[in-house]
Amino acid sequence: MSAQIDQVTAEPVTRTGKGGAPPPRRGRAAAGLPYLLILPAGVITVVVLGWTMVKNGLLSFQDLNKRQLIRRVTEWIGFDNYSDQLGSSDFWKVTLRSVLFTAANVVLIMVLGCLIGLLLARLGTKLRLLLALGLVLAWAMPTVAATTVFQWLFAQRFGVVNYVLDRLGWHSMADYNWTGSQFSTFFVVTVLIVWQSIPFVAINLYAATTTIPKELYEAASLDGAGPWKQFTSVTYPFLKPFFLATSFLEVIWVFKSFTQVFVINEGGPDRLTETLPVYAFVEGMGNQHFGVGAAISILTILILLALTAYYLRLVLKQEEDEL
Amino acid sequence: MKRSLLGRAWPGTVAVVLFVVFAFPVYWMFGTSFKDGKDIVAETPQWFPTSPTLDHFRKAVDADGFWTLVGNSFTVTLVAVALSLVIALFASFAVARMRFKGRKSFILVMMMAQMAPWEVMVIAYYMIVRDAEMLNSLPPLIAIYTVMVLPFTVLTLRGYVAAVPKELEESAMVDGCTRTQAFIRVIFPLLAPGIMATSLFGFITVWNEFPMVLILSKDPSAQTLPLWITSFRTTFGDDWGATMAASSLFALPVLVLFVILQRKAVGGLTSGAVKG
Repeated sequence: MSAQIDQVTAEPVTRTGKGGAPPPRRGRAAAGLPYLLILPAGVITVVVLGWTMVKNGLLSFQDLNKRQLIRRVTEWIGFDNYSDQLGSSDFWKVTLRSVLFTAANVVLIMVLGCLIGLLLARLGTKLRLLLALGLVLAWAMPTVAATTVFQWLFAQRFGVVNYVLDRLGWHSMADYNWTGSQFSTFFVVTVLIVWQSIPFVAINLYAATTTIPKELYEAASLDGAGPWKQFTSVTYPFLKPFFLATSFLEVIWVFKSFTQVFVINEGGPDRLTETLPVYAFVEGMGNQHFGVGAAISILTILILLALTAYYLRLVLKQEEDEL
Repeated sequence: MKRSLLGRAWPGTVAVVLFVVFAFPVYWMFGTSFKDGKDIVAETPQWFPTSPTLDHFRKAVDADGFWTLVGNSFTVTLVAVALSLVIALFASFAVARMRFKGRKSFILVMMMAQMAPWEVMVIAYYMIVRDAEMLNSLPPLIAIYTVMVLPFTVLTLRGYVAAVPKELEESAMVDGCTRTQAFIRVIFPLLAPGIMATSLFGFITVWNEFPMVLILSKDPSAQTLPLWITSFRTTFGDDWGATMAASSLFALPVLVLFVILQRKAVGGLTSGAVKG
């Protein structure tokens, strides 16, 4: 829709054609006007975000620990922080862990989210409103509140999850310590993130399906297409850009998620559930190796860029075509 | 006949089960916060509070400096959202309605900024704010939060401005309005849903923000409510009643706002996030 509007407005606007040539003074003011309008947004973004990026880069080339921090001295050490990280098995373990964690979460979110979105489209009004209400409640839950609630749900003593598992016959789970091992901690974090993220995918997918012309489905069913065939031949092609964009947004969101991983178990046990953002935080702020932490954060950003390069290129190209 | 009945029954059943799955944690948060102590630490969980009590809320609210945190949270959130809204209105109008050199670059910068991994850059923010001697104060948080919600606000409002038919604005200008007047009288009223959606999103983002305030504010005088929730568990050990009461109080405004405004928000979120 915005594409059409952009095409319509593609003629130059600064020349107000209709009433003959505009007075020159107003014309010059109009030429400067757009820059004046975007100036505040541009300046504050460059100062707060751009400068921090630069600062992050500068810090990553410094030997900056507690001593240098207190004495406020700057000691440049070139690429040492990077070569240390790239040469350490810890860094690569954390990287692999983050990538696998992200992949598992995004696949679960997209598959379940799309199924629920399609279900929403099939439901009658009342049930749809009911399910949408549940989804919206989960979606709206603030991350910190949701994280503490999940800690309580998965609590070792008096937690509901352990009680239900015990009642369902899995008796060894009665006093299970969910934060005691790497896998179980990741399990809790994954359930939390998937629970939080599905509503965005499901509700948006439902909203997108309502834009598909009904005639396409009628034509498909006249041709004898079953539900699966209708999905692959009508729904999927129509929503392909949606799937692509949402998947990559979820990759970005899950990969950089900090609060859930950190609050559930602070990267424990034994630092085994640290993902890259938590690893950078623990090394940098926790162990006060600020330079090392900055280098890790730069590497994290580069990895994130690499993971999403395909999507980013596509977005840039699409914008270029559109503008 | 039998098959169609089954075909109609299963989506409904699944929908009800899914509703329970998604709503239960929210219910459990509110439910627990009203239960008395012995219902919370019961070997068999009590699904409903048997003797509802407000004790946990009292305990949570009586925590040191609670009202300072409430004040800080509201200050930071409202100022940051209002600032970014004003800044974004200017920018989105320029981007949606005018052609100029650098327009494309500006949009791309906003799109990249929208994906900025803030959580990963906390160390650099810590160093910058420390060097400016501004740790434990609100202005750095406000500045960061403003920029955090700005790209989304610009990109979403851009879609809303573009959706206002250009003819409306032109006919207002033909009728003798200046461009500014046309904006205030014609476009601005039509932007209300967009402004609602973006401020809602901004409110939620800032209200919930955790890593930045965790690092920049060690002193309770400049902390916000997310730290109140987590600091509880360490102070009280495993006092789930108070923790859930705190979480409930924290989540309530967001839940209410979101449920009321959700319809508007969805359109806004998709046009901003998916369509760019």
